[in-house]
Amino acid sequence: MAGFRQLLRNTPQGLYCPPGDFHIDPVQPVDHAVITHGHSDHARSGHGTVLATPETLAIMAARYGEDFAASTQAARYGEKIARGGVSVTLAPAGHVLGSAQAVLRWKDITVVVSGDYKRRRDPTCPPFEPVPCNLFVSEATFGLPVFRFPDAADEVAKLLKSVALFPERTHLVGAYALGKAQRIIALLRESGYAKTLYMHGAMAGMNALYQAHGVELGPLAPATDAERNALPGEIVIAPPSAIADKWARRFADPIPAFASGWMMVRARARQRHVELPLVISDHADWDELVLTAEELKPEELWITHGNEEALLRWATLNNIAATALEIAGYEDEAE
Amino acid sequence: MKAFARLLDQLSFTPARNAKLTLLQDYLGNAPDPERGWALAALTGGLRFDAAKPGFIRKAAEARLDPLLFALSYDFVGDLAETVALVWPARPGANREPELPEVVDALRTASRREVPQLLERWLDALDATGRWALLKLLTGGLRVGVSARLAKQALAAFGGVPVGDIEEVWHGQDPPYGDLFAWLEKRSEKPSTMASARFRPVMLAQAIEAGDFARYAATDYAAEWKWDGIRIQAAHENGQRRLYSRTGEDIAAAFPDIMAALEFEGVIDGELLIFKDGHAAPFGDLQQRLNRKTPDAKLLEKFPAGIRAYDLLMEGEEDLRDLPFHERRRRLERFIAGSKNQRIDLSPLQPFASWDELAQLRAHPPAGDPQIAEGLMLKRWDSIYEPGRPKGPWFKWKRDPRLVDAVLMYAQRGHGKRSGFYSDYTFGVWRTDTNGDHQLTPVGKAYFGFTDEELKLLDKFVRDNTVDRFGPVRSVRAGRDFGLVLEIAFEGLQRSTRHKSGVAMRFPRINRIRWDKPARDADELATLERMLD
Repeated sequence: MAGFRQLLRNTPQGLYCPPGDFHIDPVQPVDHAVITHGHSDHARSGHGTVLATPETLAIMAARYGEDFAASTQAARYGEKIARGGVSVTLAPAGHVLGSAQAVLRWKDITVVVSGDYKRRRDPTCPPFEPVPCNLFVSEATFGLPVFRFPDAADEVAKLLKSVALFPERTHLVGAYALGKAQRIIALLRESGYAKTLYMHGAMAGMNALYQAHGVELGPLAPATDAERNALPGEIVIAPPSAIADKWARRFADPIPAFASGWMMVRARARQRHVELPLVISDHADWDELVLTAEELKPEELWITHGNEEALLRWATLNNIAATALEIAGYEDEAE
Repeated sequence: MKAFARLLDQLSFTPARNAKLTLLQDYLGNAPDPERGWALAALTGGLRFDAAKPGFIRKAAEARLDPLLFALSYDFVGDLAETVALVWPARPGANREPELPEVVDALRTASRREVPQLLERWLDALDATGRWALLKLLTGGLRVGVSARLAKQALAAFGGVPVGDIEEVWHGQDPPYGDLFAWLEKRSEKPSTMASARFRPVMLAQAIEAGDFARYAATDYAAEWKWDGIRIQAAHENGQRRLYSRTGEDIAAAFPDIMAALEFEGVIDGELLIFKDGHAAPFGDLQQRLNRKTPDAKLLEKFPAGIRAYDLLMEGEEDLRDLPFHERRRRLERFIAGSKNQRIDLSPLQPFASWDELAQLRAHPPAGDPQIAEGLMLKRWDSIYEPGRPKGPWFKWKRDPRLVDAVLMYAQRGHGKRSGFYSDYTFGVWRTDTNGDHQLTPVGKAYFGFTDEELKLLDKFVRDNTVDRFGPVRSVRAGRDFGLVLEIAFEGLQRSTRHKSGVAMRFPRINRIRWDKPARDADELATLERMLD
């Protein structure tokens, strides 16, 4: 383990690469940052330089304004960037638009920091690319055997069935504004749903950004222009916090739905007053986490944010050297 | 199994009654026979297996998954059956997914030894929702918020018949209810309703309104007290004894003392009460019995149950339901007089000459049992026994509710249409503690009685005056100098050891919002204690 720590170590700001002098997804402002993807707990503003995919840089600019960092450098997937003696490459992570794994090569060592990732098909971003490595730093948001996500297409079918059964009510789908919302829209389109989809105001920016990057979302309209008690039989997509609050009152006897991996557990759905839980996640589920580790066969596995304990136990049972890094600042509930 | 599992899953997340009905109707219309029949049996409590014990289920799961990983999972999920359903490793293609009728057939014939193997095979073949539904079915009790009554209502809506028709034929039918579905889909005649000791749909009363007194003549009606127990139908025909609730649920198991007392031949309509020294006890005593599915000897002795009869539907083999009330009443009086059992008595008629006289009686009930009656029942002398709630023949005239001024203390968000609103309110009254300080003590919870407009105002008050949050509950500012007074109406008040205040209300609801009244002027606990039944 000591060997890898020359190349990558855990610091209060987050993962740090001493020979390259940069942090990966730092949780506080630093001089040099490599950012895996645009979710706010990974991509913060105020760094000196930022290296990320062009899509991630665009997302950060849309969220924080053009001056979110002193300088930026865009790296397309697969492009080699030299940082000190370290070669940095960004490989697709399949999480959201622009999401990447950070691949660090130094001397004869390859380290991959997964960022957030998933292995399932997502019409809005390129699929996860496995990169053989000596050290794999894995997320573990859903690192418990209870999380085995069903096929997202089946979950969307569940939503459409409910829309058909309750044509007088509005289906209000809670979804994270970056990534989840656009994936659900794209999945609905793939299943043949061609009607206008209605959006909470917080969705507009990211939807436009996805469309500008060539992701087809079909006809969208703001939900907030609607009259009181409006939009019966329609689907409205809103941030999770809005679905059970005042904002929801304008719709016709709304059915609160929520698209998240957490919906796998019934108590989580009930706590949020969700009546139609949709298990759709942009993170790897237990099987994906385990299969990825088996596929890559790293000499060491480091586990970052999430449920580290179960994955550690699995690694022990499978004779893989593993360590849990305690990185503060990533949101457990971030989806 | 997939469609049934999906139905249970959705029902478990759906609080609104009408939405549950829609889901049930959709299922009944689309599932094939005999699957839907078995599903209906499961939902109406007619299918219980208790075939798998939690201990076994846990062991089976730990044989498939490292016990520490299982423990971490269980710790996160908090429910054993759900944890097993989620962590059970999928074996796609290992087995064919079982259909509900297969599961039911296998369980009915399997020996205790065979059940574990069957269960493991099924768990291998099902998805997580299917495994969850199967485990609920096997461990007994679906608990998805569907009463047998609601399932029957969905069935009635599905077939386009009154729910009374379903109740009438129900007890002659057995799962998987092939004849019932054939009739509801108009493929055959209505099933026979001739079964002995079957349930006869009950006649219900309308609430009387002010204008009704001018419309109807007092002399056309008989009056009796409205007893505060539960409405039952007791049948004994051809050696078969049955005790039904007013919706046709068989409640015999909870009342062995009453079952033993059905020494007549016929069908009685009456009120189930707790009798103490020949007098009716308050509803709270009956509640002790209703809480137990099977009572022990101590409970039977402490709270002896009986029937106060007010109608006779069958006398021997003779159906009296088409006879007028005065004739049925005459037959009932003779019938009860002929019965020697102390547990069955007669609900006496209350003579009166005018509506005014009756109003006086209602306001000032005479000493004895009428003191704890809920009000009066009015029955037209010439009325036949007609199922449902026809307007005119029978009226209920409830006692005015008791009122108390309480202070809003906590609020919780509602479900369904009210999911964005704080609509469940806990209220309290003043109590003086040992230091002589005035403290609010919670005495009840109300979630209806207000208009949509008032709800918005209440919701705003809660949001503007939140002082603390505990999960979904908000604590609202409430003290001597500031607080919202709610006028609470309720039907009765009982001693309660479960509530901190020591009292429990029946049917509390918000009668009026007293925006004008200072919180310090709300009622004291002592005032409430004087209202105890």
